[in-house]
Amino acid sequence: MGQATLSRRTLVAGMAAGTLAGIGRPRPARAAETIRIGFPTPVTGPFGAEAKDQIRSAELAIRQFNEAGGLDGRMAELLVRDDKLNPGEAATRTLELIEKDRAHFIVGALSSAVQLSVNEITRSRKVLYVSISQSDTINEAKDFSRTTFHEALNPHMTTAAVAKHAFRKGTKVAYLVADYAYGHEMLRGFKRAAAAIGAETAGEILHPFGAADYSTFMPRLRSMKPDILCICNFGRDQANSIKQANDFGLKKVVRIVVPVLLHNQRLAAGPDAFEGVVGASNYYWRLEDTVPSAKAFNDAFRAAYGGAVPTDYGAYGYAAVRSLLMAVKAAGSTDTDKVVDALETLKYDVAKGPEHYRACDHQAVQSVLVTESKKKSEMANDADLFKIVEIEPGSEAALRRCDELGHRA
Amino acid sequence: MDWGSLDLELIAMQLFSGVALGAVFVMLALGLSIIFGMLGIVNFAHGNVFMVGAYAGVFVMERTGSFWAALLLGPLLVGALGLLVERFLIRPLAGRPPDDALLLTFGLGYVLVEGVRILFGSDGLPFATPEELSGVVDLGVGFFPIFRIFVIGVVALVLVALWVGLERTKVGLIVRAGARDPEILRVLGVDIERLWLWVFGLGIALAALGGVLAAPMRSVNPEMGNVVLGEAFAVTVIGGMGSLLGSVVAGLLAGIVVSMTALLAPEMASIAMFAFMALVLLVRPQGLFGKPGLGA
Repeated sequence: MGQATLSRRTLVAGMAAGTLAGIGRPRPARAAETIRIGFPTPVTGPFGAEAKDQIRSAELAIRQFNEAGGLDGRMAELLVRDDKLNPGEAATRTLELIEKDRAHFIVGALSSAVQLSVNEITRSRKVLYVSISQSDTINEAKDFSRTTFHEALNPHMTTAAVAKHAFRKGTKVAYLVADYAYGHEMLRGFKRAAAAIGAETAGEILHPFGAADYSTFMPRLRSMKPDILCICNFGRDQANSIKQANDFGLKKVVRIVVPVLLHNQRLAAGPDAFEGVVGASNYYWRLEDTVPSAKAFNDAFRAAYGGAVPTDYGAYGYAAVRSLLMAVKAAGSTDTDKVVDALETLKYDVAKGPEHYRACDHQAVQSVLVTESKKKSEMANDADLFKIVEIEPGSEAALRRCDELGHRA
Repeated sequence: MDWGSLDLELIAMQLFSGVALGAVFVMLALGLSIIFGMLGIVNFAHGNVFMVGAYAGVFVMERTGSFWAALLLGPLLVGALGLLVERFLIRPLAGRPPDDALLLTFGLGYVLVEGVRILFGSDGLPFATPEELSGVVDLGVGFFPIFRIFVIGVVALVLVALWVGLERTKVGLIVRAGARDPEILRVLGVDIERLWLWVFGLGIALAALGGVLAAPMRSVNPEMGNVVLGEAFAVTVIGGMGSLLGSVVAGLLAGIVVSMTALLAPEMASIAMFAFMALVLLVRPQGLFGKPGLGA
């Protein structure tokens, strides 16, 4: 079914591209052709705020590249497309970007399903794609290709870091898990880490994706008498479930941990609901206190956007585009093969300390922050949301082994 | 599922959670039910009116700092908007097939979401539980948020007010007569247009009140009405389209069904309500309290 839809869309997009090319003005072959980076992201819909942060940060990376002279005078350009958080839409937009807009590279996506759909297209067209959405699947051999890169953290990395910080031998953990791929991947990660540490499972409840009311899960969660309530869901679900667990007084008897503590959801739910909640993050702006590249990134962002600070998902957009353009410069060309080679060997430090893409699965090896949401009275200003309680340094040992993912090591 | 850990206390607590959730469902369904029952219009913007109500609550709260002001003024503001919608959008469609009003409200829903995104951003806003209603109370079998018990109280109050208004006042008599036979009423010299205007406004204000009440429990965001529309529809259909009593009974039943499912097969909790609806419709196509042929 999905396959059929895709090929119909492919056909339609191809026809549209053909028509437009026919009536459009002829493109002059210029010596200094612009470097075009296609950027599908869910501009409209529930993750619009995260998407906007991705775009602003990605545009900052483009501007910095251009101000530094580009690639021997060749300027870069970001082509933002709305994927509407829909895999089919993302596939169509990506195909358009490649065929009609002749994008050299694709960066983006925010949901794991959308990212796999974009990857499907880029893989078949042999276009380099840097994904900035959390996923374990994209690392695995069946979805991997030479042109697939993953700048974001994956569930395995984030759950391991949070578990290491919060779980102890004998800790009883209750899980509230969104019943779809993201929740399942996170649960699997936590359980794997818990087994290694010796923490016990007090019980698990799967909740429907996008549920608005969690009140009916609370009595049972409380009756499990856990030490830790681990809530594995994303976006609005995270804000709603934490808020309601707090309303039910659960925070008085358990500690709440999440795989990924989201900047924008904390903003939307307010400080009281999130107070004391612990989770992992790829980036938090206060990293600037210890990491020089974070300071540089924040300062550039503040200067460009009226004093605002970048968010977690913003930092993904920035790191992905910056690292890609660094590889373009190193390769001295936009040729896909050459840029892939350059990215594979690139060492970059653009926002959070040293990073590199692992050879076997092109996963960005990077640090994982463990953050805790601050009490309202401890916040110095509106952007002072979290304290960084732990920084897990980036290491290939923290990733799943290459052979486990189906790659030849 | 570990059956051994199912004790009576947990079941009692789950039943209570179900009733409390049911009260929320009743609140969500009321506005939809009233507008359909009196005007025969299926308001597809209902969920988004609920959302706008929550935002109106935030808006008032930010300016006055008082939850009580938000609870009162939020629904009034949105209700006033409802009056305008009826007067200038719904009324011109009078005499045309009911699908036209349905399509209109469907589109209006989109306009409301985009409008809120433009005015308040797409990110969602915090809405803290009012100080005097926060915390939990020990029910003997478990702890329950004071705010949710307050919601049950408000819903009960609204229901009593509606019942008295409809059954015990002259205006109520006219409204009920208008729902049954608008033509006769017009012949008798009643300004039925004005009546419909106020009923529509009331339905909208009730939806908005649901939004303000939900704001401290859920995150306030432009998409918060989407789930609500489906739930409100399910409850009104189970109860019988247009029947107020039906909405109340169906809302409470749906709450209990969802809650019990959440205990036994949590991942099915959202679907449970719709499965329940399908079951009821198989046995009684007009819903529990609906009149045969109405709304079919």
